Amino acid sequence: MATATPSRSVDPTRGRQAVAAWVLALPFMALFLVFTAGPVLASFGMSFTDIRSADMRTPFAVSFVGVDNYLDLIGNPLFRKVAFNTVLYVVLGVPLTMGIALAIAVGLNRITRLRGFFRVGYYLPVITSIVAVSVVWKFLYREDGGLFNTVLSWVSIAGPGWLDSTALALPSVALMSVWRNFGALMVIFLAGLQTIPKEMNEAAEVDGAGGWKRFRHITLPMLRPTLLFGAVITGIGYLQFFEEAYVMTHGGPLDATRSVSYFTYDQFSFGNYGLASAASYLLFLAVVLLTAAQFRLLRSKD
Amino acid sequence: MTTTMTPAAGVAADAPVPADRGRDDRRTPWWLWLVLGLGLALMLVPFAWMAISSFKPDSEVVAVPPTWWPETVTTENYELLFTRLDFPTYFLNSTLVALAVTVGNVVFGAMLGYALAKLDFPGKRVIFALVLMTLMVPGVVTFVPLFVLTSNLELTNTLPGIFLPFMAGPFGVFLMRQFIMGLPDELIQAARIDGAGELRIFASVIMPLCGPAMATLGILTFLTSWNNFLWPLVVAQTEDKYTLPVALALYATGQNATKYGLLLAGAVVVVIPVIAIFLALQRYIMQGIAMTGIK
Repeated sequence: MATATPSRSVDPTRGRQAVAAWVLALPFMALFLVFTAGPVLASFGMSFTDIRSADMRTPFAVSFVGVDNYLDLIGNPLFRKVAFNTVLYVVLGVPLTMGIALAIAVGLNRITRLRGFFRVGYYLPVITSIVAVSVVWKFLYREDGGLFNTVLSWVSIAGPGWLDSTALALPSVALMSVWRNFGALMVIFLAGLQTIPKEMNEAAEVDGAGGWKRFRHITLPMLRPTLLFGAVITGIGYLQFFEEAYVMTHGGPLDATRSVSYFTYDQFSFGNYGLASAASYLLFLAVVLLTAAQFRLLRSKD
Repeated sequence: MTTTMTPAAGVAADAPVPADRGRDDRRTPWWLWLVLGLGLALMLVPFAWMAISSFKPDSEVVAVPPTWWPETVTTENYELLFTRLDFPTYFLNSTLVALAVTVGNVVFGAMLGYALAKLDFPGKRVIFALVLMTLMVPGVVTFVPLFVLTSNLELTNTLPGIFLPFMAGPFGVFLMRQFIMGLPDELIQAARIDGAGELRIFASVIMPLCGPAMATLGILTFLTSWNNFLWPLVVAQTEDKYTLPVALALYATGQNATKYGLLLAGAVVVVIPVIAIFLALQRYIMQGIAMTGIK
């Protein structure tokens, strides 16, 4: 059947195909250019101007200020603080999310009964609203009468006010994110684990390799591309954290949970559109750099 | 590979599975069940506490020492949400926005996905690269110019202002393109030989085969839109345009922050529909995957 079309280069339907393709592409591309690609470029342009909310109706009549907005940000102690908070959030959140997701995935890969049930249960928080989950966790974290401190009091530990302390607030918010997000990675890792041929593990077992050795020398190397993918999407997500802090702490105490996204939102609310755009582009840059770094880190051993 | 097997061979290949399953579970150590069970409890306890406590009066939600089961059962929180506050409107807004976003992404994503997967046209590579690149762009990058744009289009504080910017996302195109690339070219060539026009091929040959991919994309898009927060927060300025997460977040941080029972009931209203959809369609999705897997 395949030999019925000898020369593909003179495909008579090529012109009609191109017309149809453009008709099919048109609705998406129109919306995409106006509401996504256009704003991405406009934001970049705005970051080099002094545009404010008062210039709303005349966005092209603003002054070019070069890299002033970027210099302002770098010199701004609050921006440096929120940048540090954001990095800390990623550093705490990504390894913990990856580790728990991998552990549960390996565990679920060893059982067959109830596997689907467990998978649904662990995945459940992923699909729920961050706002709603944050409202609930704010209660669980209360110093007096909160569920976590009540459990701790059973073993005679007087738990702190998790969200009231400048030192604990950010890790506490990050912990909630780990709880909410690891299920998504777990499902991806479990799918990856199931592509590893059983024979490899069985052969290694016959050769006398123990559970840890098999995990270290078979599972981890085979799972490397999946782990890379998981690290990249989790990192991109955590760099943008905002809603959790907005609901649980309003960025406090003393800006301890304010993130770069939160800072951008604040500057937008104050009407500093140019500065907000510059801050958002620095976040974009961080996303690109983190992604590139993770590719190098997890790919290098191949 | 498996498609070339005779039915008998297929059955024979499946036969060892039950035996294998039994052996696997006998080798599972008891502590693994314990860890998995405790972990699952940790996932579900916050939701259980939320649902149970939404039937407590405010004072009992924050009582010291706390109660697990309510001492006084009350439906007052829900009555307040649905009668004095405008949660029916927020619920309707969230639903309309999520439906519009879902239809847009599934239909437009399938159309462009098909063009990118199976048709030959100038500009194809540029479009695909452009769409893929925006997968990495953080949400905060676009929202400032987007707000200027919607203001000038007079769309702030309207529902179209909330859903229009999200109707054409890169994820849908990517997913549909990957799925359609897996469909055999022969189907399209045969339809062309039969004289079908290009758009007709898309509508009556390709679309009917895209059910599983469109279901997956549709569910994921609906859930993402339902939970979306930043953009609706910026665009919706009066209460009648709030979506559920916006209303809940503003109650939780505003004057109603001490109406504890109300906040929990609100969280239940935001979360329960999503959990119901997920649990209901989870089985359907799994079945779909299993069926296409056997074929």
